[in-house]
This record gives sequence, C-alpha cells and structure tokens, in this order.
Amino acid sequence: MTENAPAPVITVSNLIKQFGRFAALRGVTAEFSGGKLYAILGDNGAGKTTLLRTLAGLSRPSSGAVAILGASKFQDICQQVGYMAHPSLLYDEMSGIENLKYFARLYGIASPTRCAEVIRAVGLDPGLVRPVGQYSQGMRQRMSLARALLNDPKILLLDEPFSNVDLHSATGMVQLLARTRDEGKTIFLVTHQASLLEDAADEFVWMEFGKIVARSRELKRPENPGEART
Amino acid sequence: MSAPPTGITRTTLLKDLRLEWRSKDAVNSMLFFSLLVVVVFSFSFDPSAEESRQIAGGLIWVAFLFAAVVALNQTWAREIRNQVLDAYRVSPAPANSLFLAKTLGNFIFVSVLEALMTPLFIAFYRLRTLGPAWQLLLAALLGTWALVVNGTFFAAMSLRTRSREIMLPLLLFPISIPAVLAMVQSTTAILNGESARFWIVLLATYDVVFTTVCLLLFETVLNAE
Repeated sequence: MTENAPAPVITVSNLIKQFGRFAALRGVTAEFSGGKLYAILGDNGAGKTTLLRTLAGLSRPSSGAVAILGASKFQDICQQVGYMAHPSLLYDEMSGIENLKYFARLYGIASPTRCAEVIRAVGLDPGLVRPVGQYSQGMRQRMSLARALLNDPKILLLDEPFSNVDLHSATGMVQLLARTRDEGKTIFLVTHQASLLEDAADEFVWMEFGKIVARSRELKRPENPGEART
Repeated sequence: MSAPPTGITRTTLLKDLRLEWRSKDAVNSMLFFSLLVVVVFSFSFDPSAEESRQIAGGLIWVAFLFAAVVALNQTWAREIRNQVLDAYRVSPAPANSLFLAKTLGNFIFVSVLEALMTPLFIAFYRLRTLGPAWQLLLAALLGTWALVVNGTFFAAMSLRTRSREIMLPLLLFPISIPAVLAMVQSTTAILNGESARFWIVLLATYDVVFTTVCLLLFETVLNAE
C-alpha cells in the first residue's frame, strides 16, 4: 500500500475457518479500500459465503483477524454494516413494510419514512399488504436488499443478491448499488452472475479452495493466480 | 444510536404475538394436545372428588409441560426459517432483549392455554379446592414461568441440532424436575387445604436462579455455531 492510498476499511489477516476437519477459509489475507464495489467470485465451496459471514460477525474465525472500520469486534461497528444473506432474513407472515419497521426498531431508526424510502429505492411498493411469503423470489430478494440498506450502512455485505431475479430487476439493483457506492459506501458482493457487474464493480476478487487467488479491475481473471494483490 | 433494550423487548414481543395471531401454530397445537390429555384421562379413570384432588396436580402440570414443549419448539422455528435470526444477530439489539421477548411470549401462550384448559379440568374431574384459590393462581404463575424460562433457553440451545424436537425435552425435563415437583406438590397441597408455602418459595427461588442463569448465558447460546 502506498502512502497516498486510502486507508483500508476492511483488513483480513491470515483468516482461517475450520468446520470440523474441513477448512472453508485457508489463510485469507487482504485489504479492501472504502467507496468501492467488490465482486467476490468463485465456484461453489470456494469460501465466499464463509468469508462474508465472518466479516458480518456471524461466524467466528478459527484463527486470524478481521478489522472493519478499525474495529476488531463486530458489535462495535454493527450500526455501520448492512448484511444480506442468500435466504431472505424476513418473516414470511408479515408484509414488507411490517418487516422493515421491526428491523428499524432494532437499529433505533426513528424516521417514520425511512422504511418506505428504501422499499421505493429497490423498486417495490411500500403499500403492498401481501405477506412476504407470497412474494415472488425476485421481490423477496429486493425486499431483502431494502432491509440491508435500512440503517444506511457504510459497508454492505451481499450474498447472491441477484439469484432468481429477472434481468431487468437485476440491472435495476446493480444501478442502485453503483449509486450507493458513488455515495462513498463500500460494497462486498458475492455472486455467480459476474457479467451483471462488469461495468459497475471496481474490483473482481476470485476465491478458490478457501483462498483469494486473484484480484483484478477487469472481469477477466488474471492468468497467473499468484498475482493476487493484497 | 440503538433503541433501549426494553423497547426492543416490547417490539419483539409484539412481533411474535402478531405472528402467532396470524399463524396460530403454537396455540392450536397446545390446545389440541391438552384437550386430548383431559379427555383421554377422564375416560381412563373415574376418580371420586377426594381422589381427584390427589391426582389433579400431577395430571394438570404434566399436560401443561408437554403442551408447552410444542409452543417452545415453534417459537424458535420461526426465527430459523429464512435465517431471520441472523438479521437479529447482525443488528445492535442486545441478545437478552430477544430472550426476554421470547420468554414473555411463551409465558403468554402457555398462560392462555392454562386459562382455557383449567375450567375443563375442573369440570371433567369435579375439582373443588379446599385451600385459598389465589394461592393456586400464584403457583400457576410461578410454575409457568419456570417452564417457559428454561424451555425458551433450551429450545434456543437445541436450535441448531438435527433433531431439535427430541433434544428439547431431553434437555428440559431433567432440569425441570425440582420445578415440576414444586408445581405438583403446591397444587395438590392447596387443593387439599394444606400449606403450600414451602413449595411456592421453592418455585420462586427456582425462577429467580434460572432466570438469572439464562440471562447470563443466552448471548453465548445465541452466537454459538
């Protein structure tokens, strides 16, 4: 890192995560700067979701360290982080706005209009009274993204936000994420649909067998995996 | 800025009551189970008024204990569907607010069940208390809290196990033995017009000790992998 480079918002040092005898992360070391959109790519089982869950404080590292915004304890910066998982993290029996109002209370969000604002931002109607269980998969994904955006986080951790979303909606979501990045937020996005992010992502990060094997500004993976820039 | 813990407990409790009102999963299963116990036992035995007073305490509490397990499993099942619990874990909301909300919710569900089933027990077993009825109410409140506070804790503990429906009674029943004994003995004593002071004090002590222990350990249980 040069002296002029912006300070990293996320630092991961020799991160190892074991599930019994299986190592899902095998010594990940990397730094990520603020205000960028990172697309994390890799085959199933490469460790992408485990890395994201570890960053979100949901999975404790077996060894190594994670620092987000300078804090090593996730609880100290949880107000600054938005997390979207592969499942919706929403109650099926409640409507979208009811779900978001509940989570807004957990974050101490006082603004009565914030929930409607984020629902509109993801292209849904806040007046929809149908329970989330009756939404299409694409609507559920978008509502899930709205939940992650609710606390206006500085860092967004998104796991497969475009899965089962139609192309038109996915493009809308990418544009929203690009705007969010332009506002200075850092976005970490795990996806198998990298082509959607070709123009929006600042950096593509390839993972393989629990390690970051390459990082590149273009979607094309560098020839020499050993060139992973950390 | 995060909301005060009491506010989060209230919000989570109201959310749980709303979800239960819409699905009626826990209350319906508990009601049918208790109803079956009352009817089956009333056909199996034909006790006199004196015999009823001797066996009713045990019968009532065993029925409520088994019925409560149904509600306790349902509470957390909702939180792991769509992994909603993870959304709570990444939020700044304290773990104990969630635990208290869940315990209060279960206390309400089991209390509703008791309020609905007690008149049926009285009718089917021709019960008439010889002691003060208010003491029965006190024993019921303390006994119900003893059941749900441990039940909510152990249900959370068995959340990530493969056969959690089996695991919960295996963990809960042994540790509930002193409480169940106190519930049964206090109810029997009051029904027969004897002093239940010792058993009620034991129940109150049990409640204080286990509520404190559960509150101290819940965060670890919630974040366990």
